[in-house]
Amino acid sequence: MDLNNLTIAATRSAIADRKISASQLVQDFYGKIEAEDGEIHAFLTLSKERAENQAAKVDALLNQGAPLPRLAGVPVAIKDVMCTRGLRTTAGSKILEKFIPPYDCTAVARLEAEGAIILGKLNCDEFAMGSSNENSAYGPVHNPVDKTRVPGGSSGGSAAAVAAGMAVATLGSDTGGSIRQPASFCGVVGLMPTYGRVSRYGLIAFASSLDHIGPLAHTAEDAAIMLSVIAGHDPMDSTSANVPVPDYVSEMKKPVRGMKLGIPKEYFGEGLDAEVRSGVEAAIQQLASQGAEIIPISLPHTSYAVPTYYVIATAEASANLARFDGVRYGYRSQKSQSLAQMYRNSRDEGFGAEVKRRIMLGTYALSSGYYDAYYLKAQKVRTLLARDFEQAFQKVDAIVTPTAPTAAFKIGEKSDDPLAMYLADIYTVTADLVGIPGISVPCGQTKTGLPIGLQILGKHFDEGTVLRVAQAVEQL
Amino acid sequence: MRITEKDVLYVADLANLELTDQERQRMVKDLDSILTYIDTLNGLNTDNVTPMAQISASASEKTPWREDSLRPSLPHKEAMANAPATDGDFFKVPKVIER
Repeated sequence: MDLNNLTIAATRSAIADRKISASQLVQDFYGKIEAEDGEIHAFLTLSKERAENQAAKVDALLNQGAPLPRLAGVPVAIKDVMCTRGLRTTAGSKILEKFIPPYDCTAVARLEAEGAIILGKLNCDEFAMGSSNENSAYGPVHNPVDKTRVPGGSSGGSAAAVAAGMAVATLGSDTGGSIRQPASFCGVVGLMPTYGRVSRYGLIAFASSLDHIGPLAHTAEDAAIMLSVIAGHDPMDSTSANVPVPDYVSEMKKPVRGMKLGIPKEYFGEGLDAEVRSGVEAAIQQLASQGAEIIPISLPHTSYAVPTYYVIATAEASANLARFDGVRYGYRSQKSQSLAQMYRNSRDEGFGAEVKRRIMLGTYALSSGYYDAYYLKAQKVRTLLARDFEQAFQKVDAIVTPTAPTAAFKIGEKSDDPLAMYLADIYTVTADLVGIPGISVPCGQTKTGLPIGLQILGKHFDEGTVLRVAQAVEQL
Repeated sequence: MRITEKDVLYVADLANLELTDQERQRMVKDLDSILTYIDTLNGLNTDNVTPMAQISASASEKTPWREDSLRPSLPHKEAMANAPATDGDFFKVPKVIER
């Protein structure tokens, strides 16, 4: 069985029709991971026993003639920021090198309840802080399309595993673009749902008003299926919304004829690579020829989004990461005599450079005398950014932009310049700040064969529309 | 430069981070350039704008409170299992009070 580009529907029907057993499929995927992941480094931990047990359960269901659940036998993998009971979860950090969670993340539990098979845990930037996956304490991920290039970040392993055919679909997390930007760089589909659509119970927190869990997959349909399974209210997460989950697959299949698509001029200005621009513009032309109405719009505060994001995200991170103190779990420095010194040494030895930089920036922004100038100011600008979108969505059904200003860059190219790295998220951060859903879908390649990503942004809880446009782009 | 080594030491202290000399010098430079970029926000008048403290759309009806009822918690042994040092019942830390 060819594992490259294997969709959820194809996997499920191969198992239902007994072309392959779930147990054999799991062995085939581990064979592929062993053969190919040495050069890509998408996986940090494999969960063979858990996968084999789950596959045996699916095979037993089939033998009993019982109805198969929605993801029966579908091999998936999970970004290593989501807790998995009994299975090491590192957040890409040395500080959690030996952490074995005592419970499962809700999104992971929901996948397994529908018959999905967890192959293992995926590499990512430390605590999901980064845009290239170079901030992992366990070494970078290499882009399967060109191994000298980054896969994007922070869900670099999640995007690379799908692109290389080492998992049918994966879960990632998105705080400033961490699902959509790596999806764009690796040529796969990545969906960030509305804030509150998917429970974050069991997600290791980075910035709580910005963190989202979402799927990466080969197709918009697979992303829709994954979202249908993981979405919905969870009493264990007080920010998860009690909003009914629609049938995303049938929503997605409606035509785009008559839809109003907004094209914000601020996303096509200076800094946008010429090849990315022409790839996205060509796709927009095609959407117009399918009967979508293309409407030029303005989101006037766009240039303020990245600085706003780096105040709010780092302030929240500085609070969330205060829990790592070497007492209850995680790394403890052995060279300290006093409690205070133990905290400081454990954190200094356990955290990497980018995490420390963000803790410092966030602590500074919240410190006495600076709170109003930075944090409060950023919260006000966040309101202005939300108003930009409220006004735009009075005129259009969805907004179409590039996902990232460039295609995948070289490993090492930006790793010494934090500010240049932050600008890789220039088109993605705003959706996180505003809480609206966004998807990245492949739309062609550069001359050297690097994938280009197109981003679709929608109204709160309107993932159906976002997926519908994504499906249309996919079929161009 | 607006950020000095003294500022970095003060903030590192608040954040419970022990930074090496080399890390401290790098941090002065990095924080300075990032904060200069963040200062572009000052070009925007936000006098009559309400700060966004809640991101959830119509939060009250869509994110209901749960019942404040008893439910099983994590067993003691499992909760302690990841601790770097315990005596079986309690977390062990370096001595806090001298006597």
